[in-house]
Amino acid sequence: MISSESRARFEQEVAKYPADQRQSAVMACLAIAQQEIGYVSAEAEAEIAEFLGMAPMAVHEVTTFYNMYNQRPVGKYKLNVCTNLPCQLRDGGKALQHLERKLGISMGESTKDGLFTLQQCECLGACADSPVLLVNDRTMCSFMTDEKLDQLVDGLRAAEGKA
Amino acid sequence: MNPQQVLGRFRATGLETSFHGRHIGAQILDGLDGGNWRLKDYEARGGYQALRKILGVDGSEGMTPDQVIAAVKESALRGRGGAGFPTGLKWSFMPRQFPGQKYLVCNSDEGEPGTCKDRDILQFNPHIVIEGMIIAAYAMGITVGYNYIHGEIFQTYERFEEALREARAAGLLGDRILGSTLNFQLHAAHGFGAYICGEETALLESLEGKKGQPRFKPPFPASFGLYGKPTTVNNTETFAAVPWIIRNGAQAYLQCGKPNNGGTKIYSVSGDVERPGNYEIPMGTPFSVLLELAGGVRTGRKLKAVIPGGSSAPVLPASIMMECTMDYDSIAKAGSMLGSGAVIVMDDSRCMVKSLQRLSYFYMHESCGQCTPCREGTGWLSRVVDRIENGQGRQSDMDLLDNVAENIQGRTICALGDAAAMPVRAMIKHFRPEFEYHVANKTCMVPAYV
Repeated sequence: MISSESRARFEQEVAKYPADQRQSAVMACLAIAQQEIGYVSAEAEAEIAEFLGMAPMAVHEVTTFYNMYNQRPVGKYKLNVCTNLPCQLRDGGKALQHLERKLGISMGESTKDGLFTLQQCECLGACADSPVLLVNDRTMCSFMTDEKLDQLVDGLRAAEGKA
Repeated sequence: MNPQQVLGRFRATGLETSFHGRHIGAQILDGLDGGNWRLKDYEARGGYQALRKILGVDGSEGMTPDQVIAAVKESALRGRGGAGFPTGLKWSFMPRQFPGQKYLVCNSDEGEPGTCKDRDILQFNPHIVIEGMIIAAYAMGITVGYNYIHGEIFQTYERFEEALREARAAGLLGDRILGSTLNFQLHAAHGFGAYICGEETALLESLEGKKGQPRFKPPFPASFGLYGKPTTVNNTETFAAVPWIIRNGAQAYLQCGKPNNGGTKIYSVSGDVERPGNYEIPMGTPFSVLLELAGGVRTGRKLKAVIPGGSSAPVLPASIMMECTMDYDSIAKAGSMLGSGAVIVMDDSRCMVKSLQRLSYFYMHESCGQCTPCREGTGWLSRVVDRIENGQGRQSDMDLLDNVAENIQGRTICALGDAAAMPVRAMIKHFRPEFEYHVANKTCMVPAYV
């Protein structure tokens, strides 16, 4: 069940569009649901479909088309490291490798304690900040040298009491 | 520290990328320091004076919509998103007496690899985009607009929403703007990870709540756009250029660029330079000057190649690039394109096969799957470049790559097919011996990819 707080945010998104175009809010509603639940569940899709007056499959099409929607549960912190060419030229790939070593997992995997999921991603639109990564879709971290990557991981582990 | 405090330590400030004081005649990034993005700061820099001027609420006689469009035409402002289409001409395509709703859309879905200018504009000078959009809305008689922002820069989306709230509270958006008869509602929307949505009709599909698959053109958005209504789509930087033109005049704008290439342009310089970042310089500035502003090629290295307009633009070898000026016409004449103004610099330690391998993977990953030549062709290109890089290539592969690319180009609904094909063909054209060496020796021609 999507919370009433998220529902209130859905309403704000729907209000941006003409009354007969509620579907336009689907991108935002899915992102809000993912922020609350951690991924886009089939139940969330069904609720959003009903809220917006869409076929559930039309919502699922959106979930599966856009890279940032999680189609299954991920770690508490999803780390997306950009490895596209401009970042590859400025240690983006090395940053990904460093995180693989630091977390003891390969790209695409999650840590056993459920804290981290590590993924590579396409251009974040922050090429001059490389190495750059996105945490949980909403927070970008720039100029991530190996030292800063360690600070990020250690800091989040400490904040979660898992240092 | 709580998690948000931990993450906050790594937030970009713009200091390195845009507030380095290494612009020439900046108009959009001028006077910014990262903290002065709010309405009061923008107005202190002369913001919203252009809007007051066209509405005639500053004591002047005002400008008619036709006069605004004429000024934008005369300025030779060209679309900053990649195509370089004349902005004033695009605005003139909008039907004037259309009886129903018309829409204005800002394309801030900045995902062209190498490009990071719109993020800094929206993050550190959001009101300049809002003012540009209001002026455009006035010129084309549009009452509703959306700014579709790259989902990956979510903090920037939230910043823009905050700026919209400020503008509404100040009577700059909504009904009867500044006491005039102008009505304009503006909202922000976000993507969520799809490069293709930077293509304007894919963006419109996405804004309608669908998969971002491009539409066949014609009809063009000016006749069949958002919700099937007449729509004008411009890039963020294009809108941001408009207030300066209205305030200072079309001729002044044209004169700070070169004929047919008005104004300044923000170049995102990435890759092998000492100071990657955004540099706003007049159109027609020599590439060598831009390279110098960006600190030059990494210490101890020589320039090998440059992709001058985002990853979709054909690569140019150093010798050709050093003769170019940074404007649409010069780069086109050299056989590439200015695109979004994303300048990806590669030094002499770079293996072109490995570079192309990453780009080809990208286009395969981001093909929307709608057109067969692109869906199948991008995968084919990626697999062939992969095998060359991995030492399993054949001497016939270079011709194969060129042939596959040729058969994608011009055979797809949108430009992603061309964008995937052009880098491949340019790499083979300019660096063929490097590919042949890779096949023959199963290793890079350059000593090490560092």
